[in-house]
Order: sequence, then C-alpha cells, then structure tokens
Amino acid sequence: MEYQISSKAKRTIFATIGLGLVLFIIGAIMESGSEQFKTKILSNFLIDGFFFFAIALGSLFFLALQYATETGWSVAIKRIVEGVASYVVVGIGILIALFAVLTFMEGGYTDVDGHHLGHIYQWMDPEVVAHDPIIAAKAPFLTVPFFWIATLVYFTVYFLFYRGFRKRSLQEDIEGGTKIHMKNFAKGALFLVLFGYFSSTSSWHWLMSIDAHWFSTLFGWYTFGGMWCTSMTVIMLLIIYLKKNGYLEFVNDSHIHDVGKWIFATSFLWSYLFFSQYMLYWYADIPEEVIYYVQRIDQYSPVYWGMFMINFIIPMVVLMSREAKRSPGILMFVCLVIILGHWTDVYMLVTPGTMGEHGCIGLIEIGLFMTFAGVFTFYVLNTLTKAPLMPKNHPYLDESKHHEI
Amino acid sequence: MADRVIYATYDDDHTLLEGAKKLVADGVHITDVFSPFPIHGIDPVIGVKHTRLGIVAMMFAVTGLMLAVIGFRYFMIADWPMNIGGKPNFSLLQNYPAFVPVTFEFTVLFAAHGMALTYLLRNKTLPGMPADNPYPRNTDDRFTMEIRLSDNHGMSSDDLHAKIKKTGIVEIEEKDYVVIK
Repeated sequence: MEYQISSKAKRTIFATIGLGLVLFIIGAIMESGSEQFKTKILSNFLIDGFFFFAIALGSLFFLALQYATETGWSVAIKRIVEGVASYVVVGIGILIALFAVLTFMEGGYTDVDGHHLGHIYQWMDPEVVAHDPIIAAKAPFLTVPFFWIATLVYFTVYFLFYRGFRKRSLQEDIEGGTKIHMKNFAKGALFLVLFGYFSSTSSWHWLMSIDAHWFSTLFGWYTFGGMWCTSMTVIMLLIIYLKKNGYLEFVNDSHIHDVGKWIFATSFLWSYLFFSQYMLYWYADIPEEVIYYVQRIDQYSPVYWGMFMINFIIPMVVLMSREAKRSPGILMFVCLVIILGHWTDVYMLVTPGTMGEHGCIGLIEIGLFMTFAGVFTFYVLNTLTKAPLMPKNHPYLDESKHHEI
Repeated sequence: MADRVIYATYDDDHTLLEGAKKLVADGVHITDVFSPFPIHGIDPVIGVKHTRLGIVAMMFAVTGLMLAVIGFRYFMIADWPMNIGGKPNFSLLQNYPAFVPVTFEFTVLFAAHGMALTYLLRNKTLPGMPADNPYPRNTDDRFTMEIRLSDNHGMSSDDLHAKIKKTGIVEIEEKDYVVIK
C-alpha cells in the first residue's frame, strides 16, 4: 500500500536471479561429468535452502522475542522483521522439496563401481546403515520416519506462528487496544519455548546428521547463533535501504544504533559458541570427535579460518565504537561482509561432510547463492508492500517513535 | 569578584527537561544538572559532550590482554612448561586455544575495574569524598540546575531570575560559587 518496489530494485533483483541462474547452469554443465556432480548440486541446495530459511527463522525468533519481552523501541521496525520472517513460507517449501528428493534418493549417493559414495545423509541409505553399527545405534532418532515426523512438526509450528503473528499484527492496525498485544505476548513466550527445543533438534537432523558419526551438544546453539546474527544484518540492510529511499521516517539513529548493537552482540555470541565447541574437541583430542575439525582444517584451512576471522574480527573491530553503529555506510559494509561470512559458515557445516576434499566455491555455489538471494529479496520486499511500514495502534508505538539512547 | 551561581530546583525531571530546552533556546548557558537518576535526553540539551569512558575501557582492555599474554607465556611456556593433556607446551601459538579463556577473563577484568575506578576518580566520588550536590534532596526527589553568571555574560542576575522563574521551578537560590573539591 505505502511502500512499492521501485523499478530499479526490480531490475536489479531480476538481473541477479538471471545472472545467478546462468552462472549456475554454466557451472553445472562444466561439472556434469564428474563423480561429485550429484552431491555437489544437492549440497548447494541444502546450503542455500537452509541459509535463507534460517535468516527468516531468526527473524521470526526475534519477533517473538520482542513480543515476549514487551520491547518498546523495536515497534518502528516491526514490519521489517515480519517481512524478513515471511520468507519462512518459501523456505519451508524449498526444504521440504529437497528433503523429499533426498529421501527418494536414499541420501543422495552416487554409485561408483557398486560403492555408495557422496551421500548427503548417509543414514538414509539402508545399504550404509546395514554395515554401520554406529549409525544403526542412533535409531530411532536418525531414521527416515522420525526425521520426517520431526521436520513436519518444526515446519508446522514455524508456519502457524508466523501466520498468527502476521495476522494479529495487521488486525492490531485496525482494532487497537491491548488484547492483541497480550495475546502476542503469550504466543511469543510459547514460541520461544518451542523454538528453544526445535532450533537444537532440527539442526541435529538437518545439518549435524551429515557427519552422522560425529556429535556435538552445542551444535544447535552454534547454528542458532549464526542464524540470529545473519537475521539482524538482513534487517539492518533493509532499514538502511528503506531509509535511503525516504521511507521509515520514524526510524531514527537510535533504532539503527540498537540494531547495530544486536549485530555486534550476536557476532560475539556466534564466535563464543564457535570457540566453545572448538576448544572442547581440541583439548580432549579424541579421534572420533576431533576428526570433524581435522578434516575442516586440513582440507579447507583458508576458508575455515577466513570465515571465523570475518565473522568475529570484522564486527568486533569495526562496530565497537558508537559512531560506527550509527553510520549507514559502515554498517552496510559490515552487514554485507557478515552475510557472506555466515553463508561460508553454513557452507563449512555442509560441504566437508558431503564432498570430502572435493568441495570448492565455484560457479555453482556463487550462481545458486545469487539466485536464492534474489528470490529472497524479492519475496521479502513484496511482503513489505502489502502493509504500511509503520504499525498503527501498537501500545508501545509512541515510545518507539521517541526512542532515544 | 567571586563568581555567582544560581541554583534552580524542580520537583519533576520532565519539567526540568522542558525548562532547560526553553532556557537554552533563550540563550542561557546551563553549566550542570543534578539529579537522583539519569534524565533521558538532557545531555544534548545542556551541551554535555559524549562520555570518553569507552576509550578508557579500550585502553584498560588492551592492557589486560597484554598482561595476560605476557603472564601465561612466561609461566606456562618459558619458565616451567607443563604437559597438560598432551598439548604442545613449547609454543605459545600452538597452545593458544587453552589460553583464550584466560585472555578473555583478564581483558574483561581490567576493562570493568578500570572503567569503574576511572569513573569514580574522575567524578571525585570515591567512598568518603564530600558530596558536591548543591541541594541535599538531589539524591532523593529534587532536580537542580546550576547556572553560573560567569557563563552568561550578556545577562544580568535579574534577567536570569526572570527567565528561570517562568519554567516551573519550586525553589531558586543565588549564592557565591564555592568549589567544594
């Protein structure tokens, strides 16, 4: 109604999607002869499918957090958080399709001289499980029926909560009062409880089970830390973009400063969890545990450490001062770098487990990332056009308009 | 001539903030405001510069970090290398993950304590130091503005009194400016 996607933005988005598809197809044609081709394509869909779904999910979590804590300042940016969260619908669709393909292909292996190699999910292949007592012992958790029931439960809960929050948010614009606010408060708290469990268990099912023999208890928090940080950067980029185009007149420096603080804090959360996980395995040095890191450091050393440095050092050094957290130019640079850094993090969660030493960031990776990024941006902007950018009648709206720190 | 100072006391922080805005718009320079709690938005109105405590925190943090590195390099690598869990004990770099928690703790310890001490010293509010609020109830429920005549050359004392009295004060007092500490 109020915000319209400018024709320039549309052209850029469609050009990105088009260029991404072209790069992806060229890459796929060049790779199509290799033995890793199938694994590579499936890994990439898992990486990008999960990465962009996680941005939306992190945003949904942030929205629930604002409701549950009855936060006042964030009301002015609420519609943007909702807009980013709206992509969960598309993300769920893509992930369900991908998981269905993987189930149908029994883990997505390639048959090389009668050997099943290059699985995405080894435990989906009965051939592997029959000869692997470790994976067999992880039943019923790592079995196809359990995986699907759990996955559908996560998706249903995420979808229903997103729809409920969005519906009540639009309803509040018309009705006002505090009844909807109190309902959001209760639902937000409930979502946080469910998300607390689901964010861990879903990352075990979707990502940790790639390295089916390996396990880490804080893996869920680690992926959650990354997803939260990326969500905050995407929200920040949208705020900067919209402000630059003359929207969001009530979003002032203090709101931007606060979102900047969230980026700073969540970068530290992610780095802290990265290191907590790393140090325990490094210190104990138990072969079946440490193999996860040995593989990543031996085969992907520059990418792995580069990713850690980008996601930790850059936000820490650049965003430490108050002025940096209020300057759109600096923030834009940091946000773009962090998004690439966290994409590489998800890449590092998936690729070494599926591709072994053969993974590399090439045309397929770049092309598919651009395609997904384009679709994501278009969908989010499209959601933003459907409602006024400033909520009406929220009980804390006035507080948010006069937010000052 | 000794400097004269006017203390205008309010019973509400919001009244004081609005009054301060009006006075500053009138060209009055407000030297300071005393309040039992931080008043949101008063700093830019009376022209208080943003705190440099962050820079102090950074300096203390770097000091702590360097002390930690020097300390554990000497204790654990140079002076008395110990074999803990089979980790390389001859190289700081290879053994570094084990020292990250210590580095972190030292950095935080120095930054936090250094910041608190600097704050108390700079404000001259270490335990036992005399209080410098002009009005005892500034620590309870009264808010006081300090306006020095030497800061407002263009205006006479009567001018200032007249202007201040329009802003909803509960008490006004003019006296010689005394440096308490």
